[in-house]
Amino acid sequence: MLHELTLSALTANLAAGKVSAREAMQACLDRIDAVDDRVNAFISLDRDDALGQADAADAALAKGDTHADKPLLGVPISLKDLFCAKGQPVNCSSRILGDFRSPYDGTVVRKLRDAGAVLFGRVNMDEFAMGSSTENSAFGHSHNPWDLERVPGGSSGGSAAAVAAQECFASIGTDTGGSLRQPAALCGCVGLKPTYGRVSRYGVVAFASSLDQVGPMARDVRDSAVLLGAIAGQDPLDSTSVPVEVSDYTAVLGGDLKGVKLGLPTEYLTDGIDPEVRAAFDAAVKQCEVLGAEIHEVNMPHTEYGVATYYIVATAEASANLARFDGIRYGERVEGDDPFSLYCKTRGRGFGEEVKRRIILGTYVLSSGYYDAYYLRAQKVRTLIKRDFEQAFETVDVLITPTMPIPAFKAGEKTDDPLQMYLSDIFTISCNLAGTCGISLPCGFTSEPKLPIGLQLLGKPFGESKLLQIAHAYEQATPWHNERAAL
Amino acid sequence: MEYEAVIGLETHCQLKTKSKMFCGCANEFGAEPNTNVCPVCLGLPGVLPVPNERALQLTALTGYLLNCEVPGFAKFDRKNYFYPDVCKDYQITQFDFPSTTTGHVDFEFGGGIERVRITRAHLEEDVGKNSHFDQHSGVDFNRAGVPLLEIVSEPDLGSADMAYEYLNALKDILIYGGISDCDMEKGMVRCDVNISVRPKGNEELGVKVEIKNMNTFSGVRRAINYEVPRQIETIECGGTLVQETRRWDDVAGITESMRTKEHAHDYRYFPEPDLMPLKPDNAWLAEVRSQMVELPLVRKQRFVNDYGITAQDADVFVGNVPLGGFFEQAVEGSDNPKAIANWVINNLQAHLTEAETSVGDLKFAPEAIRELVEIIDEGTISSKGAQEVFAELFEHGGSPKSIVDAKGLAQVSDSVELQKWCQDAIDANPGPVDDVRNGKENAINFLKGQVMKSSRGKANPQLVGETLVKLIKG
Repeated sequence: MLHELTLSALTANLAAGKVSAREAMQACLDRIDAVDDRVNAFISLDRDDALGQADAADAALAKGDTHADKPLLGVPISLKDLFCAKGQPVNCSSRILGDFRSPYDGTVVRKLRDAGAVLFGRVNMDEFAMGSSTENSAFGHSHNPWDLERVPGGSSGGSAAAVAAQECFASIGTDTGGSLRQPAALCGCVGLKPTYGRVSRYGVVAFASSLDQVGPMARDVRDSAVLLGAIAGQDPLDSTSVPVEVSDYTAVLGGDLKGVKLGLPTEYLTDGIDPEVRAAFDAAVKQCEVLGAEIHEVNMPHTEYGVATYYIVATAEASANLARFDGIRYGERVEGDDPFSLYCKTRGRGFGEEVKRRIILGTYVLSSGYYDAYYLRAQKVRTLIKRDFEQAFETVDVLITPTMPIPAFKAGEKTDDPLQMYLSDIFTISCNLAGTCGISLPCGFTSEPKLPIGLQLLGKPFGESKLLQIAHAYEQATPWHNERAAL
Repeated sequence: MEYEAVIGLETHCQLKTKSKMFCGCANEFGAEPNTNVCPVCLGLPGVLPVPNERALQLTALTGYLLNCEVPGFAKFDRKNYFYPDVCKDYQITQFDFPSTTTGHVDFEFGGGIERVRITRAHLEEDVGKNSHFDQHSGVDFNRAGVPLLEIVSEPDLGSADMAYEYLNALKDILIYGGISDCDMEKGMVRCDVNISVRPKGNEELGVKVEIKNMNTFSGVRRAINYEVPRQIETIECGGTLVQETRRWDDVAGITESMRTKEHAHDYRYFPEPDLMPLKPDNAWLAEVRSQMVELPLVRKQRFVNDYGITAQDADVFVGNVPLGGFFEQAVEGSDNPKAIANWVINNLQAHLTEAETSVGDLKFAPEAIRELVEIIDEGTISSKGAQEVFAELFEHGGSPKSIVDAKGLAQVSDSVELQKWCQDAIDANPGPVDDVRNGKENAINFLKGQVMKSSRGKANPQLVGETLVKLIKG
């Protein structure tokens, strides 16, 4: 079936004229009609616009455009609901943006268009990317295609669910503390969080500006490499993007792991890991050894402070980033007697509980008298965490860890205990604090029920090629990426 | 008891850039509301700021003009507060690491030179402008994102008049350096004033009151002149002053309380994560320094000291830089700068105004004025002749000497010819000659007039007088 193809297989078929972009797009729409009432990955969909873009791609193919120049030509790709695309809604799965439509294309959207992608649909997420289960959405929960009672992870849960349910060939999301890697792990996808500054954030609604990074959610490692190549690069519109050349990320794929040094952070491998996750992880490490990798234990002594540091830095930045949603210029408004009451009523009704919780937390840690104890200290600890990575990378090429200590949990299981939810991000968070790159890919399944397990690789800053090369070698030596959720 | 005022100023001025601070929109006054706007300066979801390089340069240049340090590390911060004219509900500004620190401004006041220390000059973005109508309010975001420099002084000012003169001096410096047009009517300069009073001689500062919302220098002066007596009166009547922010009502001419310290904003400053810290390197700073100009006061003092011209004349050359430049070229190698200053200010300036042209478009070189003054001083031409030469010079260019030759304007100093003219006058006017002999000295002027007439103005008047006296008195 067309919708089951990987992105790379699809482009090969498109190039060979075996399928049209319209057929590929229609296959996605049909699949959405068949399964999305159960998965609820998509919160809005402009079918005419999608098919129009597909027709344009077919016209370009007919005219002689190739995938060498436009690597995503004719490929239907969905967007997490926080990317600004001209004329399209951008809700961030929140009520507060109301009927707002972006008057401009963000840089990633523009780059994807330039690469020929057919951008369609807005996929669900935790409101303003705050959450780990896509339960914090004003547009309803999304469901894990492997077990509909379970969460797809978050905050890019809609992206992971849509890719796992084969409703699109790939999705573009963001990762602030694991928001691509964690849902990828829970849904059996490949989620790549590039180095901070590798991909432009212009046109991405900000959660935590110093941590947010855009990345692909894909079916396999090769697809991730193609997508990263299309979206990466310095952007004059993003002062924090970095002038490091974008290499051909697919060129390094293939080969074994001879001479590769993998670091096993001892602090990550503690008691709290689910036995089946631990077993799958241990087997993955062995597999890498079989492929030629050397395994070294490394110490990351400040790991235990990661979650606390993250929830100070991220909420502080979010408290300012989300201030603009105030009902004055766009989005929802609840009238008040004066500006202050308008703000209170609008934001009181427009934001969900988790967003409010984090705004309050972030406001608190920046408050006069508390700044030094919280925000400033967190910044110092962040530097120490970054140093942990630098020191580890002096001896190893890449760190290898489980992505999540547990497989997908049931909807509602953790919603009453935000702290428990926060702690589940422990393996993914430090990567964002350190600003380096990471990837999650499937490394097995639990037995009853059958749920995907994720393997995480963390690389040096701008070491995406190495990361993809190792991930690809492991992936090709194992069967996990060929498994599909039975919907 | 005698009291003294302690005053510090925070002066906000819009930088003279083509585009806004963090986007490409025009930095332009007077456009239709919300036409110079884009997603960035409207603070739409997903946008990011990109700093304006020219604004960064102008900020560092201001630092140098105000004798500040320009540190090798500075950064932007977010100042958080909710207000409809702040589109992101935070303002990008500089909090603890501003682009310039610790400088001073020297200015003339009370017959001497005063110095006000500058705490810092930091860069930020301007906010929009609220308008209130009968049933609703509106915000114009054309101004939002215009680069704004906040220049903070130490509390070194002692009076309203001193504050007024400081502001004028500051404005002159900013206009001089091309930093800002400082057009008050376009709201390019706005001031906040911090005022406290204390018994004269006391070291301890009194309770500080901040007055906001002044957009004219005279408003600042009036506000201080209202606020200082109010504070003194409050103390003398046994009242207590509270630390507060007050608003200046320019129409009523009073200050009124806006909020007290307990209700002060907590701005929750933190580093702007969307912008990298500023680390100006030596090459960049050298490039900025190359744009330095001479400060107005320094220029004035130099003109007075080096050229011996009057303070008033020097003021003209401070106020009109091209004219001053012309003067400086004209004066090179001259031993009579005062006369050159006179010619430049009284004649040249008047001609320029009348002809509606500028120094840059003149048909003659500055050296021509020096030559003109030289031939006047040598007695080659009369002052009347000099005017004629200048008029010709202005009209058609050339050199004064060749104009004198061409028009036959040279004075006759040749004694033979002079003696003949004088003898003719004596012979023709026996009466006045007798008067001179009888001691009526001013009868000589009549005879002189006759000689000038018969020589058609060419005779050197001084020599004529001397020759007549010699011939009459023997």
